[in-house]
Amino acid sequence: MSEQFEPNLVAFVCNWCTYAGADLAGTSRIQYPPNLSVIRVMCTGRINPLFVLNALQQGADGVLVSGCHPGDCHYMEGNYYARRRFTLMKDLLEYVGVDPKRFHMSWVSASEGAKWKEVVETTVNEAKEVGPFEQFQRNKINW
Amino acid sequence: MNNKPKIGVYVCHCGMNIAKTVDVEAVSEFASRLPYVKVARNYSYMCSDPGQQLIKEDIKNEGLTRVVVASCSPRMHENTFRKTLAAAGLNPYYLEMANIREHCSWVHENREEATAKAKKLVYAAVAKVRLLEPLEEKEVEVEPSALIVGGGIAGIQAALDIAAAGFKVYMVEKTPSVGGKMSQLDKTFPTLDCSACILTPKMVDVASHPNIELMTYSQVEDITGYVGNFNVKVRKKARYVDINKCTGCGACAQECRLAGTIPSEFNMGLGKRAAIYLPFPQAVPAKYTIDKERCLFLTRGKCGKGPKCIEACAAGAINFEQQDEIVEFKVGTIIIATGYELFDPAKKPEYGYADYDNVITGLELERLVAASGPTGGEIVIGKGEKAIVPKEVAFISCVGSRDESVGKPYCSRVCCMYSAKLAHLVTEKLPDANVRIYYMDVRAFGKGYEEFYDRVRREGVRYIRGNPSEIFKRGDKLVIKAEDTLAGRTLEDEVDLVVLATGLEPRQDAREIIDILKLSQSADGFYLEAHPKLAPVDTATDGVYLAGCAQGPKDIPDTVAQAKGAASSALILLSSGKVKVQAQISNINEATCRGCGYCVEICPFGAIDLVEVNRMGNIVQVARVNEALCKGCGACAAGCFSGSAQQKSFKDQQILPQIAVLGAMK
Repeated sequence: MSEQFEPNLVAFVCNWCTYAGADLAGTSRIQYPPNLSVIRVMCTGRINPLFVLNALQQGADGVLVSGCHPGDCHYMEGNYYARRRFTLMKDLLEYVGVDPKRFHMSWVSASEGAKWKEVVETTVNEAKEVGPFEQFQRNKINW
Repeated sequence: MNNKPKIGVYVCHCGMNIAKTVDVEAVSEFASRLPYVKVARNYSYMCSDPGQQLIKEDIKNEGLTRVVVASCSPRMHENTFRKTLAAAGLNPYYLEMANIREHCSWVHENREEATAKAKKLVYAAVAKVRLLEPLEEKEVEVEPSALIVGGGIAGIQAALDIAAAGFKVYMVEKTPSVGGKMSQLDKTFPTLDCSACILTPKMVDVASHPNIELMTYSQVEDITGYVGNFNVKVRKKARYVDINKCTGCGACAQECRLAGTIPSEFNMGLGKRAAIYLPFPQAVPAKYTIDKERCLFLTRGKCGKGPKCIEACAAGAINFEQQDEIVEFKVGTIIIATGYELFDPAKKPEYGYADYDNVITGLELERLVAASGPTGGEIVIGKGEKAIVPKEVAFISCVGSRDESVGKPYCSRVCCMYSAKLAHLVTEKLPDANVRIYYMDVRAFGKGYEEFYDRVRREGVRYIRGNPSEIFKRGDKLVIKAEDTLAGRTLEDEVDLVVLATGLEPRQDAREIIDILKLSQSADGFYLEAHPKLAPVDTATDGVYLAGCAQGPKDIPDTVAQAKGAASSALILLSSGKVKVQAQISNINEATCRGCGYCVEICPFGAIDLVEVNRMGNIVQVARVNEALCKGCGACAAGCFSGSAQQKSFKDQQILPQIAVLGAMK
């Protein structure tokens, strides 16, 4: 592998804060690596932990979950559920042998375009450190 | 039909915004080979009329049943394209957007990489769209009334407009009187209108308008519900004065044992008031309020032989037994007009605001020049024998504006002009005074502002470009150390009075409204509008609008214009009487639900109940969604153990294909 490893990452973000923050990064023309693609849900509370496992299984090298700052959830409590779920999830992933650097959780508000860039960069860089993830893979598009 | 969808994919160039970094031809060619895709096209502006026409024609001629638009953010144009689908007779929820602008072409430079990512995003959208289901948009009635939070000029204007259109308005103001910051101003730039003369009639109108219910000294405690149907809970704080009996005569304040001892908020602490007080002579309502933090009787339970205010009040309005009262009502729409606070200049210790009496803020000078102020309009610093009439007066602009070191990188938009106005008033009142203004840049952007700035300079006010580094005392004088950056020299300027043009900042209690209504803040801490250009009075919460400085620093003309804009937005809802509610709500499959009640527990809106159903002769409990209360967050869908709870358009089986594509496509 002569070229540098370019990880493939999937992010689950909420519509109101992080998706809007990523939009703001766009309108502000803030540049960041293209390795991460976003799936929009209305609230991080919607994100089933199985989505994360599924992404890893389908070939993603890492996953990001990002939503409103605690206290700012558009639906009052959704990000609290997400915080609890994914704190456990991170431990569980580590337990089954997935490097914690492959799973990130962050809070990015609608006005934090610059923070979104930082979050993406961290997610990408840490995935680069740990290399391709092949443990769970099915190796074909399966839908 | 679900098994054999016919998908149309439309890749937008967005002029060069997308096409410059994404090979749109390659993306549409790629899309044309994806499963179930019948047509794939690219076009310069999909949102334009001809762009939308393309989609409509394909729906009719090609029999499309699903549409993917790869363009900007769905937060921008999802509604536009939903309408396009609906106009062509297709259910508007058969649409999925791939955000290849904000999330791709604008944030990546490498054309090859950006094109590859755009393909992935389009593929994921195609994977999802084929499984989308038609949704029904339900309409609900709009409660024909509005809540306005904040009784400054923004709230007043919005209230008057909505009331004039014939709808009920509830105005909630935290302090004992409406009027806000504008009531503290003496004159307004650039026309030098007397602030009170143009404001007080409006204040009186608010109080007397039959459609407006004014609640002063009151606070919003809680708001639940949704657009068209908000339930509001307001705490009317105890004034300890029966406002139905109080005549506003003021005898109580004269007799109060603390008369003349408590710093008056209205006069920026320069004047004194009693524990029972009217904030200012033109206050509306002209009803007295007892300051429970100060009143001797309320704080110590004892006031001489008995509170003198009770004796003084001929109307018998004083009532120390009064309790806070909670009132509840319904409104269809809400306008947030809570205003701003001024930057605390003590945070710039080099200017000595906390140390020297003759370093004051612009608003303090405003109270000094006002005829209704503590000095009757005379510019006098200090009291008694030490009192001086300043001869050398200096203004310093941008105190707490355009200053990263205090976390205020933004321009407050009013300080340049209020400094110019105050400088004019000083030269008018003290013809012998020498006035200079230390500035970074003069921003005289409004109608008539540049002309006013010229006028003030002609009147002899000197503008010195440079921000002072320090202010210290030398004898009776204050010395300003500064650099005149135009002349390129440092100087020491001896003056009698320094006026700090303090900037505007978000209210300290801004969080209260955020917690209640789930509004967002922009980076500067002011409330975030839905779109900085196209939806400047809207918020992310449907039915909630912003007016005035709550959204960001503004002068009075802009505040009034925005308040009228917010009122107009609110009136659209109120006068149409109906509003479409979120269609992408949750649904529970009662056939598989095991009635565990976990979703009932986690639903943030109490929108799910357990109900008894007859399942093949057995009475069992299942969860059921109340569609009017569900806001479509999907928490139940993530929490459900059996997958029975699903959020429409965000079902597991609709999201999993997206994951599959994005995970597998390198």
